[in-house]
Amino acid sequence: MFEELLMYLSFPFVRYALIVGVLIALCSSLLGVTLVLKRYSYIGDGLSHVAFGALAIATVLNLINKMLVVLPLTVAFAILLLRKGQNAKIKGDAAIAMLSVGALAFGYMIMNLFPSSSNVAGDVCSTLFGSTSILTLTQLDVWISGILSIVVIAIFILFYNRIFAVTFDEDFANAVGTKVNLYNLLIATVIAVIIVLAMNLVGSLLISALVIFPALSAMSILKSFRSVTVFSAISSMVCALAGIIISILAGTPVGSTIVTVDVALFAVCYLIGRVRG
Amino acid sequence: MAALQAKNLAVGYDNKPVLKGINFKIDAGDYFCIVGENGSGKTTLMKTILGLKTPISGEIIFDDGLEKNQIGYLPQQSIVQRDFPASVFEIVLSGCQNSLASGFFYKKEHKEMALANLKKMGIAKLKDKCYRELSGGQQQRVLLARALCATKKALLLDEPVAGLDPNVTSEMYDLIKQLNDDGLTVIMISHDIENVKNFATKIFDVNSMEVTELREVKEGR
Ligand SMILES: Nc1ncnc2c1ncn2[C@@H]1O[C@H](COP(=O)(O)OP(=O)(O)OP(=O)(O)O)[C@@H](O)[C@H]1O
Ligand SMILES: [Mg+2]
Repeated sequence: MFEELLMYLSFPFVRYALIVGVLIALCSSLLGVTLVLKRYSYIGDGLSHVAFGALAIATVLNLINKMLVVLPLTVAFAILLLRKGQNAKIKGDAAIAMLSVGALAFGYMIMNLFPSSSNVAGDVCSTLFGSTSILTLTQLDVWISGILSIVVIAIFILFYNRIFAVTFDEDFANAVGTKVNLYNLLIATVIAVIIVLAMNLVGSLLISALVIFPALSAMSILKSFRSVTVFSAISSMVCALAGIIISILAGTPVGSTIVTVDVALFAVCYLIGRVRG
Repeated sequence: MAALQAKNLAVGYDNKPVLKGINFKIDAGDYFCIVGENGSGKTTLMKTILGLKTPISGEIIFDDGLEKNQIGYLPQQSIVQRDFPASVFEIVLSGCQNSLASGFFYKKEHKEMALANLKKMGIAKLKDKCYRELSGGQQQRVLLARALCATKKALLLDEPVAGLDPNVTSEMYDLIKQLNDDGLTVIMISHDIENVKNFATKIFDVNSMEVTELREVKEGR
């Protein structure tokens, strides 16, 4: 089995896929805490469905680089949802729910109306649950994902203190002159980018899992923001690496394998947290 | 010199005023107390002063170059989520966010200031504790230490002694008095009129809308 793995690793595209997969996992874990605690998890969920609709459009248009459509559309909706959510909280949630199921229905419909390949069911399935193998990503996808991941990580590190301030106590941040709206906008944009990235790895239905599980695992055993952030980043990378390798060797779908590993880790952390009280 | 002035101000929610016809003038170096019963609109007024809410009518004028990043604020109830993982030190340090200016990371001097304020509040040994596992009074002190990190000219406190034991309460009053003597403008909401009378320069009663001047301001910052 080890030899088989080495054999796979001797292909450059496998190595790239592995690196990008791990980078994406790192990114998606970074804003997990913010997403969980700021009620942005709704936005995250809604956006992943919007991204599905956008991807359906890109697929129908037969674009070579689908990200060119998916990314701007998702970012635009992220900003829109944030605006709505700020004005009326309850209505905001309803709007998100409507948007997200609407986008799903719309996406599925146009993929059926304008099939771009003979295997519509397969296409839909892979947009929802991720490519059956991360190895099917094109070279360009790999590059764009890699660069975007690095940008996301850089932004997160640079704005770490502000993200903490705005997530922890928005009123205080506002009162002392931090540009809260600006940083909320930044957070929403970064979330949108992360969702588009993560869609490559695990598909749109499983994105929330990739974003939220590492944060929940860390939060059940650790107590400071920094340690939670570091732990979720590392554990997410390890889970992704393990998941990708298992999926290559066992031939399982990569997205669900990664998420399964994440869930297993969460179960372990939760138990540890419970035992320690 | 006036630091802050309310002119015919009305504050409230959804265009329904809770308080209206508010007029007062706060000078630099004032110890300005806002009193009134529960639900009378004190917190709403303070949030409006802070710019967290827009006035329904009238205006608040900042003179004297009082900038937002020179203000420290202690909320009455922090809407901090219950599950937030944050250590005491991280929270107090976040009080320095307004002195980051265009920088990204806290410097050594910020960390020292956070530590000093932790000591001032007598909670240095809680530094690495998780905020959500503290008692109400301890949490209050953490948030006060954070406010102290943020303040340069003015300190806005919404019931700073609520939930504190008598000893700490009087320490807290001494501390606030000390800060005021050092030239900080203090705007404080309190129910404790008896104690407050000993320190305040002005008391504003939201029921009668009257400002009582008790003593002269010392040199302000
Ligand atoms: N978010 C809100 N939306 C609508 N009305 C509100 C809101 N918050 C408070 N109010 C109302 O505004 C009034 C003033 O509330 P406020 O919190 O300013 O009182 P307060 O003087 O600070 O009272 P306390 O002494 O209990 O702190 C109350 O009648 C309250 O019901
Ligand atoms: Mg109040």
